[in-house]
Amino acid sequence: MAIVFDGTRESYVEGLSEFLDSGQKDAPEWVTTLRREAISGFAKLGFPTLSDEEWRFTNLEALRRGSFSIAENGISGVSRKSVNSYGFPGLDCLRLVFVNGRFASSLSDTGDAGEGILVKSLSEAISEQGDLVKDHLARYADYEKDAFISLNTSYFEDGVFVYVPDGTVFEKPVHVLHVSTDEGRPLFINPRNLIIVGQSSAAKVIEHYVSASQSVYFSNVVTEVVCGENANLEHYRLEFESQKAFNFTTLRVNQQKNSNIASHSVLRGGAIVRNNVHPVLGGEGCNSDIYGLFMSEGRQHMDNFMRVEHASPHCDSRQFYNGVLDDRSKGVFHGRILVHEGAEKTDAKQTNRNLLLSDTAQIDTKPQLEIYNDDVKCTHGATIGQMDEEALFYLCSRGIPMRKAKIIMLRAFTNETLEHMSIDPVRETLERAVMKWFEQRLENGDGR
Amino acid sequence: MLEVKNLHVQVDDKEILKGMDITVAPGEVHSIMGPNGSGKSTLAQVLAGRETYEVTEGEITFQGKDILDLEPEERACEGIFLAFQYPVEIPGVANTYLLREALNAKREYRDEKPLKHVEFGKLAKEKMKALGIDEDLLKRSVNAGFSGGEKKRNEIFQMQILEPTLAVLDETDSGLDIDALKIVANGVNSMRDSGRSFIVITHYQRLLNYIVPDFVHVMVDGKIVRSGGKELAHELEEKGYAGF
Repeated sequence: MAIVFDGTRESYVEGLSEFLDSGQKDAPEWVTTLRREAISGFAKLGFPTLSDEEWRFTNLEALRRGSFSIAENGISGVSRKSVNSYGFPGLDCLRLVFVNGRFASSLSDTGDAGEGILVKSLSEAISEQGDLVKDHLARYADYEKDAFISLNTSYFEDGVFVYVPDGTVFEKPVHVLHVSTDEGRPLFINPRNLIIVGQSSAAKVIEHYVSASQSVYFSNVVTEVVCGENANLEHYRLEFESQKAFNFTTLRVNQQKNSNIASHSVLRGGAIVRNNVHPVLGGEGCNSDIYGLFMSEGRQHMDNFMRVEHASPHCDSRQFYNGVLDDRSKGVFHGRILVHEGAEKTDAKQTNRNLLLSDTAQIDTKPQLEIYNDDVKCTHGATIGQMDEEALFYLCSRGIPMRKAKIIMLRAFTNETLEHMSIDPVRETLERAVMKWFEQRLENGDGR
Repeated sequence: MLEVKNLHVQVDDKEILKGMDITVAPGEVHSIMGPNGSGKSTLAQVLAGRETYEVTEGEITFQGKDILDLEPEERACEGIFLAFQYPVEIPGVANTYLLREALNAKREYRDEKPLKHVEFGKLAKEKMKALGIDEDLLKRSVNAGFSGGEKKRNEIFQMQILEPTLAVLDETDSGLDIDALKIVANGVNSMRDSGRSFIVITHYQRLLNYIVPDFVHVMVDGKIVRSGGKELAHELEEKGYAGF
């Protein structure tokens, strides 16, 4: 019997015991306790509403009315061939595949990661490296304060676990492919990822979310990252979910002294999408570079919620977010920079640029600086506009057809964020995907 | 080559050109001078096909072809080039990319094969050397962060690569120091031949010391009020536009 949630708060709260009985009987006690604590968090919170300041632009009524259930068909319907089609040509990487939130070892290539490095499914890590996981899992993403983190912590089944020991440069990127499939009814999927990069170590992780069908489902992702002292992490979140999916994601990064992260988000799928990026710069001399590109069409709604928390002195953060919105789609950019008391010499910069391809697309962009310190440098800027007519005319006056001129302009706009990706095959694959989308957008007529 | 007859042009319901006539034969250099707001730049933009300018009356024929219904890119491929008064900055698009795309669009229009990277590179380097432009400029984004002089030189560089039949220079001299002015003028003069024509729009006579025109026209309030030879420019320099 499938576990079904009817959308009410009670159904998610009460469903947990059934969930624990059906698939989690062998789970360690501490995990079960964690899940119970987390669901009591959700019992208090419930889903946020428009009157919630942090959710005032994103209406979750449809999610509250939706009925979702836990997947039960396993990995059927996903072949190695289809998995390969989501790859990045020319990229030498490890690959872990998850189908509807469950590990598909037969589709994965974990190979040999290197001395001391662990790349495996989180459920395996819980049984094999229990103490290590216990030290970090749910220690950063706060299930008492965020309803989606509560739900994920209660109901997660699997996700990726990456551990890089101190002093180790892990060269090979890890491609974490989450595929959702159609099981004939809307699914509730809770991928949970944990990435630990030790002192003076480095890693590259690509989280990639795709759908084998254009079905409705509720995908709720939480990724926790620990970036140790002087460590370096390049993280990608590529969201190509079904156009009908509800997709909520939290990337919570705990940065220690002198660590460096680059976070790249590319959002393309989903009916209602919320992408939370929340690094805490917790030691002196940290650097966070946060890049994002979102592209929406139809009636898609994409909410980008940044919370960059400067908790220590001498840290730098940069946010560069670009949006391209077409049709009646809506975008939100909420860029919060929080500078704690004592975090002097903070240098935080935020830029959000938006390009509207139609008269009916809409963007709400909201910078929010919360500064409890005098000695800081914080800047923010947002632009909203249509494609620059003067520049298009300039290109056409040189003989370039209008359609091509628009593609050149769009490419320049999207490259402002994509160009910061250091993994060339990933960047190139994304550039092609972006170009393909633009060409579809401009399909009618000569582009005028 | 170019015939403009009784051209009336409006912008936002305001008439800017009020019956403009000009005829340019192959190999000729025409200068259009006039006070600010007389419609000089409007003419330049209309010739290049800017949509915001509405032609309400009159005709423009280029090499015997009515071009009023042609899009800007078609006019460019037919051989018209506009050196902008205010070249547009396009961050994220490399100068070299724009030029290669433009040149190959033009070649495709003429059923010619696209130029290979190496061939284009060679061509670009030759032209840059003559204009004293740093090769670094090719890699930079189109006009982004360029100085005023660099922008104008970049326009002339583009003109040299695209080899138009008719080049319209819209106040290419404004804001240039004398050295940059000479470079720009040399760039134009080196392209003068019996098959190529120029319309040089300027506010000042200074440029015409270096690019010597065959004809000078005075434009006031949307039409040409007087035409003459190069000596007319000197007269204007002395007496100003007050008499018109």
